[in-house]
Amino acid sequence: MAFEPKRPVKEINYAESRIYTDAELNNYTEEELKNFKVKHEIPMLEELEKGPWPSFVADAKRNALHRKKLADGRLLLDKEGSEDLLGLLEQSFEEGETHWKHGGIVGVMGYGGGVIGRYTDMAEKYPSIAHFHTMRVNQPASKFYDTNFLRTICDLWSYRGSGLMNLHGSTGDLVLLGTVTEQLEPIFFELTHVMDTDIGGSGSNLRTPSCCIGKARCEFACVDTQELSYELTNHYQDELHRPAFPYKFKFKFDGCPNGCVASIARSDLSFIGTWRDDIRIDQEAVKAYIAGEIKPNAGAHGGRDWGKFDIQKEVIGLCPTGCMAMEDGKLVIDNANCTRCMHCINTMPRALKPGTDTGISLLCGAKAPILDGAQMATLLVPFMKAEPPYDNIKELIEKIWEWWMDEGKNRERIGELIQRVGLPKFIEVLELPPAPQMVKAPRSNPYIFWKEEDVIGGWDRDINDYRKRHKR
Amino acid sequence: MKLSTEKAGRFILEKPQENRLTDLGPRHYWEYFPPVIKENYGKWAYHDMLEPGVMVHVSETGAKVFTVRCGAARFMTVEHVREICDIADKHCGGYVRFTTRNNIEFLTDNLESLEALKADLLSRKHVSGSFKFPIGGTGAGITNIVHTQGYIHCHTPATDASSMVKAVSDELFEYFTGMQLPAKVRVSMACCLNMCGAVHCSDIALLGYHRKPPIVDHEYISKLCEIPLAIAACPVGAISPDKTADGKRTVKIKNERCMFCGNCYTMCQALPLSDKEGDGVTILAGGKISNRISEPKFSKVVVPWLPNNFPRFPEVISDVKKIVEAYANGANKYERLGDWAERIGWEKFFEKTGLPFTEHLIDDYRLAYDTWRTSTQFKFTDAAWAVSKAAGGID
Repeated sequence: MAFEPKRPVKEINYAESRIYTDAELNNYTEEELKNFKVKHEIPMLEELEKGPWPSFVADAKRNALHRKKLADGRLLLDKEGSEDLLGLLEQSFEEGETHWKHGGIVGVMGYGGGVIGRYTDMAEKYPSIAHFHTMRVNQPASKFYDTNFLRTICDLWSYRGSGLMNLHGSTGDLVLLGTVTEQLEPIFFELTHVMDTDIGGSGSNLRTPSCCIGKARCEFACVDTQELSYELTNHYQDELHRPAFPYKFKFKFDGCPNGCVASIARSDLSFIGTWRDDIRIDQEAVKAYIAGEIKPNAGAHGGRDWGKFDIQKEVIGLCPTGCMAMEDGKLVIDNANCTRCMHCINTMPRALKPGTDTGISLLCGAKAPILDGAQMATLLVPFMKAEPPYDNIKELIEKIWEWWMDEGKNRERIGELIQRVGLPKFIEVLELPPAPQMVKAPRSNPYIFWKEEDVIGGWDRDINDYRKRHKR
Repeated sequence: MKLSTEKAGRFILEKPQENRLTDLGPRHYWEYFPPVIKENYGKWAYHDMLEPGVMVHVSETGAKVFTVRCGAARFMTVEHVREICDIADKHCGGYVRFTTRNNIEFLTDNLESLEALKADLLSRKHVSGSFKFPIGGTGAGITNIVHTQGYIHCHTPATDASSMVKAVSDELFEYFTGMQLPAKVRVSMACCLNMCGAVHCSDIALLGYHRKPPIVDHEYISKLCEIPLAIAACPVGAISPDKTADGKRTVKIKNERCMFCGNCYTMCQALPLSDKEGDGVTILAGGKISNRISEPKFSKVVVPWLPNNFPRFPEVISDVKKIVEAYANGANKYERLGDWAERIGWEKFFEKTGLPFTEHLIDDYRLAYDTWRTSTQFKFTDAAWAVSKAAGGID
């Protein structure tokens, strides 16, 4: 297995990179925090400091106090950003409306994405957040970090930004919320030079790909989702940074049909790990489940007494294809009729495992409702090997993009284009043969768009010939 | 390498291309795996949930890794991230991971440090009392609610995200720290139907929604927008060209055609929609992403609109709890919310949850016919008798 990065990478050592001293990082007491009031009245937000769930308000307040107590010159942005943001949020609650304007065109040179311009319409009252741009930092695949990376980005973002972030944005990026235009390039230079990392996608680009935890800590992963995500992210850096598409395009990689990153619902190309041989069965472990020696579903139902495990009712009876049975004390699976839904494997993970001849199912065209309604991804390729350098996958991706860039209208997602032009046309362009796996059922209307070449003799006919057979 | 403290950093305004590095891509994942993950990559044999939020994964080699999953607000400050780092340095060799649903995962290969880690996490609370690192979010429960930016950082929201998620999570907390439901329930939140969070396949989706057509900023629209693009942006053809009394180019809106999607405002800032009374929350239910047992499916609108009652959204919480409780009482083991609703029938879903069925829930957009009933296979509920009475079919 190849785990080498594509180029030598710089080590990040927080002891060297840091801006702030320990004393600066611990510059307030619990007592001070308890008594701390932000400069605006925020009674509704203070209500949200209560309750057991982690309070974003309490967190924002400690960032506000920490910034307030840093010496002058130890922050490049106004100290009061968190306080002004809370004030603005409270005012939005009172008025039931947002106070953020449409994003302006800001970014770093040579890129058309990764930075989202943001300005408030209440700049007089909340001057420290008058400009409050977002930067998306491309996360490492499956979001493992070490503290050298995180502490360094915290110092960078305290010093040149608001200290507010999202871990993570919906698409997967580590999102830095709130800086000014003049700091965009300096932040980008620190990210690339010191942290040896890059920003992610926005606008009509390839968006930052993301993947499940995969083989790093999951026994169900049929493919190496991190490797695939890393390779395609690097291979398509140009598409990620420089807008050339009709609209956004998302890749997501799920290691199995459980779909933990929801690729089938929210990515233009959904890669889902699967297998084409037989489910592996450990008959001894099956017996142990039946005997109640192992908790079903890895103990996921431990919070309620559901009674003794019943393999007939809980596994065989729930199999959507009815392809399982117990015969002579052994579990048998008719693999040719299995649709790989994962239920039996999820329920008895120590007895059943996916096969070993693994690859991906490729689905295309998912999107949220804007504009013509939500779409789920449609099955395009039932099975495809997914092994480095993934040339088969890249070739198909590029065919899809080429057609979409030729045919797609402004702001038309690939899924909408396929709907507009038809799935038959799409698979023709991709040179894929039609297969019943691509549909839930054949069409129920007979309005087939026959082509002229499908019909013997073509469509050109002479009315006089016709009239020889039929009087007017 | 040290972070720069110069105002312009390493960037030279006069020579912007000098030393510019581009197209580096993300850091390689491998360098951030703890040793036990590197050593057992691709070798994991099985896992067990030892208690809510605590998992053990066992490798073919016999090696084990313990994971403690903690809830988190995805809006997070550097203060919080530094505290996460303190914990990771103290107990986890300096490594930490975040999940797709914004949970934090602390990993250790040592059973003793697991106990110390758990105790440490639960001891950390904000001064106002909320947990900083609640443990849970595994198995048949409700894990972290994924969400969007809302009033914190977005220009198109119809509600706020962080506050609604905090309010709902407080009320559903017992399901985060427990595994007592028939199957997992995924709750997701998006503040407008752009749905940058793509919540449309969730067991329960909370969605901000506008209900007033755009206001036209006649004086400025021709300066702020490309009018043809604004017209083309409307999916229902409700926007057409117009002139003001003094001859300026503008647009007019056929209000009765508007479906309040906000796409026009995305394309043209002179067409704002937001409004205190108009905006609110829609609840959808019964979607899923997993292929387990049944196919992935869309969530369905079960509550057409609730008010934006900041900061705690009591109406939203009440309806979410009705859905969760009816599901918890009625569904079979392993049955997702949508599968339960389909098995008992949506008419029974409305009866059991007590949610009113209104005309807004009958689809009248494209492909609506697919959702209409074209059979005599249904169950009788009070809603059916009300129709029979209205039609004069019964007294």
